[in-house]
Amino acid sequence: MPIMFSQCADPASLQGLSWLMCYLTTGKHMLFYASFGTVLLLLAVTAPIALLFGFGGAMASRSRLLPVRWFGKLYTSMVRGVPDIIFFLFVPIALDQAFEWTRHKLLCDSDAPVRQGNDFIVCAAAKLPLSTSPEWVHQSYGFILAVVAFAIVFGAFAANVLYGAMQAVPRAQLETAEAYGMSQRQVNRRILIPQMWSYAIPGLSNLWMILIKATPLLFLLGIEDIVYWARELGGAKTSAFNYPHPDWRLYYFLGILVFYLAMTWGSEKILARLTRRLSAGQATMGGEALRKGAA
Amino acid sequence: MSCAQTIADYALRSIGMGERLLPRSDFTLCQQVTLIGSGLIWNLYFAFLALLVGFFLANGLAVAKASPSRWLRKPADWFIFLFRGSPLFIQFFLAYEALVMLPRAGIEVFGITVATSWLTRAWAGALIVLILNTTAYSAQIFHGALMSVPKGDIEAADAYGLTGWHRFRRVIWPTMMRLAWPSYTNEAIFLFHATTLVFFSGFPAFQQKGDSLYYASYFADKTFNPFVAYPIVAGYFIIWTLILIGLFGIVNRRLNRHLPGAAKRLKYRPQLVR
Repeated sequence: MPIMFSQCADPASLQGLSWLMCYLTTGKHMLFYASFGTVLLLLAVTAPIALLFGFGGAMASRSRLLPVRWFGKLYTSMVRGVPDIIFFLFVPIALDQAFEWTRHKLLCDSDAPVRQGNDFIVCAAAKLPLSTSPEWVHQSYGFILAVVAFAIVFGAFAANVLYGAMQAVPRAQLETAEAYGMSQRQVNRRILIPQMWSYAIPGLSNLWMILIKATPLLFLLGIEDIVYWARELGGAKTSAFNYPHPDWRLYYFLGILVFYLAMTWGSEKILARLTRRLSAGQATMGGEALRKGAA
Repeated sequence: MSCAQTIADYALRSIGMGERLLPRSDFTLCQQVTLIGSGLIWNLYFAFLALLVGFFLANGLAVAKASPSRWLRKPADWFIFLFRGSPLFIQFFLAYEALVMLPRAGIEVFGITVATSWLTRAWAGALIVLILNTTAYSAQIFHGALMSVPKGDIEAADAYGLTGWHRFRRVIWPTMMRLAWPSYTNEAIFLFHATTLVFFSGFPAFQQKGDSLYYASYFADKTFNPFVAYPIVAGYFIIWTLILIGLFGIVNRRLNRHLPGAAKRLKYRPQLVR
């Protein structure tokens, strides 16, 4: 375990503030701080992929081919009835088994069935990741499965939003484009997609907030994220440890709470400005309050 | 063991009735369906009580948020921000750690010892978190609807000489409910779905009395096969979500019954999630 400051070499002799400083800079705490980066990385990677999935889902729901449309409808409606947590638990393990099963069929020469009773047995060459691969490969494999699970669930939410936005584009606009002789592809690219964004922005910004608040579920997928480290570091430490302390998990979770509040606070500000702009000039209580406030 | 026997043994297992030992090997489909269905009792318990209590609290909170007095408005804003701005998962963890820290022997209030240990159990602790959480989300929805009440409605109420409570109860509140109802249906569904988080977030499943997802993941772990248990729990949730939409649709029709061409079907588009 690397030690940041030379005076931290002997934790038992430390007191007060210097104890706290040394405590908060231990190697494990550094991993804890780095796990905030994991959360941000997940957000940065998942958001575009989910948007792409959503786009595909929305386009599929509008397709002229019946099987494609069915697929799109099924995908967009799957998050309506089933809790997202079930998908987060199901998708990574299902994907993992699907990959290993496929590799088993391709790479192993044994004819033994993969599923034997309550066991799922593939030969060593089909294991994912290979048991010989280093630790970081195992961790990034888990992370990639988590990203796929998040992208599938949030892609379905995004597909809902984008489908609604596409339906909201006035029919006459598309018909005019068709009257000008544009092909379906051209109508989509030049008329439908540019116009739908203004309808989709409220829903998508809402989705962004939801995505932020779904990130602690990484813990359920076995990723060493902030929740994992908060439980690990906060738990009571006996005098066998360098820095003994009672159960401090409450304070660690308070720290995480503040982190999330700060994350959503920024988004909230932008949303509030958007709502304000939308309700200005409307003959509603909100619009009336704005008008009276301005006068 | 026959399926009828399994149902007799495990149908109420999640609330501690029937066979104590969970199946350990040779899992049958019947066992999985029965136990996961048994766990659903907890999901329904949490969802029903949280929505019931949360609905009334949210109405009060929405009105407080719309109040001209900053002493009412600011605390309401802060409460809503706190619960909408942080993940429910973290709220569960935080609540559990905070409740565990309460003195084990109970707290003395005016010479009477109030026991506190029951608060760390899921049925109470998680329920409190869910109530507060849905209160915040619903209050935001109701406040949005309150702000969207047509100006003309209020002027008409004024013209009829309605003031104060009567104006609120007879004119503003019904319209507010009508406008909020589609979004509130979303919130109810997502709260119901969020109940699956309870036993994954610090609150221990005492004597393996857990909810449907708790049992589903138990089976998935034991059989190392996610393709049976998870679809079962998904199926249960689809059925109950449809029932929930049906129930809220009845209320929606009643709220809209005075409108021409009313009795519109409730359009359910998932938008607000936690």
